[in-house]
Amino acid sequence: MPIKSNAADRWFDVLNYGFLTLLMLIVLYPLYVIVISSVSDPNSVNAGQVWLLPKGLTFEGYERIFQDERIWTGYRNSLLYTTLGTCINVVLTLTAGYALSRNLVGRGGFMFLIVFTMFFGGGLIPSYLLIKELGMYNTIWSQVIPTAVGAWNIIMTRTFFQMTIPNELQEAAEMDGCSDAKFFWKIVLPLSTPIIAVMVLFSAVGHWNSYFQALIYLREEALQPLQIVLREILIVNETQENTLTIAQSDSETLRIVDVMKYGIIIVACLPMLVLYPFLQRYFVKGVMIGSIKG
Amino acid sequence: MKTNTSQSAILLSKWKRIRKHYQLYLFLFPTILFFLVFHYIPMYGVTIAFKNFIASKGIIGSPWVGFDHFERFFSSYKFSIVMWNTLIINLYELLIAFPIPIILALLLNQVNNARFKKLVQTVTYAPHFISVVVIVGMLYLFLSPRNGLLNQLFAWFGGEPVFFMASAEWFKTIFVFSGVWQNAGWSMIIYLAALTAVSLDLHEAAIVDGASKFQRIWHIDLPSILPTIMILLILNIGSFMAVGFEKIYLMQNPLNIGSSEVIQTYVYQTGLLSAQYSYSAAVGLFNSVINFVLLVGFNQLAKSMKQASLW
Repeated sequence: MPIKSNAADRWFDVLNYGFLTLLMLIVLYPLYVIVISSVSDPNSVNAGQVWLLPKGLTFEGYERIFQDERIWTGYRNSLLYTTLGTCINVVLTLTAGYALSRNLVGRGGFMFLIVFTMFFGGGLIPSYLLIKELGMYNTIWSQVIPTAVGAWNIIMTRTFFQMTIPNELQEAAEMDGCSDAKFFWKIVLPLSTPIIAVMVLFSAVGHWNSYFQALIYLREEALQPLQIVLREILIVNETQENTLTIAQSDSETLRIVDVMKYGIIIVACLPMLVLYPFLQRYFVKGVMIGSIKG
Repeated sequence: MKTNTSQSAILLSKWKRIRKHYQLYLFLFPTILFFLVFHYIPMYGVTIAFKNFIASKGIIGSPWVGFDHFERFFSSYKFSIVMWNTLIINLYELLIAFPIPIILALLLNQVNNARFKKLVQTVTYAPHFISVVVIVGMLYLFLSPRNGLLNQLFAWFGGEPVFFMASAEWFKTIFVFSGVWQNAGWSMIIYLAALTAVSLDLHEAAIVDGASKFQRIWHIDLPSILPTIMILLILNIGSFMAVGFEKIYLMQNPLNIGSSEVIQTYVYQTGLLSAQYSYSAAVGLFNSVINFVLLVGFNQLAKSMKQASLW
């Protein structure tokens, strides 16, 4: 073994570990500051004293958040849209993905029909007019139907089924008089927990985090999901107070908003935080399955 | 005559197969219906770009005007602004946000300690799951001129506060680097997966020949994941004019609009907020066509250079 290259490699390792540690700190620090600021006295936060440890421990922010009607409504709506949307997504994706993984007459044509939409679309305006025309505007359906099933997810499930459910197995079941639907229900689904988990998590995260569908299709206050409420509090207010009303920046309302801002981020991310261990495991799996076929 | 009968025999057997598997077609039916209604009807609906859309007459009944809306867009003063911003933001992303995950994956792949590797992954994947609203909210919080952490650091050094989020000069940098912060870790998964397929024999042979870690990364790892890089590059270029619209819209305000107005926010602004449906549909269509041409063109280029391609 040449000694020279070993020394170089040791340096490489030291620098590499150091760099990756620094990288983790860069990722974690903003998140950490959010957490400590959410339980600190807003005046200390505003004065820039909260950067390592919480100061003037208070839960006023969280109390305000729990009293805020808008946030509760938003939370409820988001949960509803996420649950319903995820159910629709998963059922359609699994059935379509399975059907397309079998040797069907016309499969190529169906696949083309689906994949083509990944590369070309009518765009925002025609879709908007369609939703209005269908009477979905300002209803819960506008939040779950236009995203009912995605091309990418179908490709992923199809690849999964092609790899795990051999055609021979299905043909053997057929010989025994087992119908396609029964085979899917009794044999395929029990074998498919990983892909089901991936699909559930993919679409749940997607629905929970989406705001644009709500921004364009919902008008009524009572229907708004959490992300829209967050946008009001975190972004619209902030822009206005900094551009228009700096003169009133010591007013009471501003203080309340300040005290809520950090906590509300935590509250909004809570479901993701709880799911994160599963998320990470299954999302990574999902990306791997998806990458096999490119 | 003979070929005729064999052809009809094939047709018959096909028909039999379809009938035998009718349940699978039922499985597929709602999805196909969904794509026809929610993807292909809007593709047809895009014809309003060549019409003067009148709500009471509907898409079919509205009168044709040819390329009027396109001409109006090309000759409007907004054209050069939105084109420039769209191009620059995407080039900036391509130069910064595209290579960083590749570099990170190559470096992380050199880590032998499995627990440290896992830790880095767990930490760097996390921001991917934060919603874009929260990300932009965090930007406003940290970059606020009044009480943001960054400006307080400036003040501490005796500097003047900068209102980053309202600054046209800073907009693109903030957009790209916050994206790197959020997604660089996540984007490296696919490269890490590709790296696990690199043959150990090659590495062992290189070690025997005295190659350093850096040399092995450069001469073995990087070439091995080149096909993956190419595929992702093509996909990236295919959505060249489309990325990040939802985030740009959230970051946009009257003070940075000169730098943040891109084709898609312009479509939203003129279409849904000012109700100029036909005009904005034309602008949107222009955007989709460019994307499609870029995708096909770049794929063709990759193919002709004997590189990995989508089809």
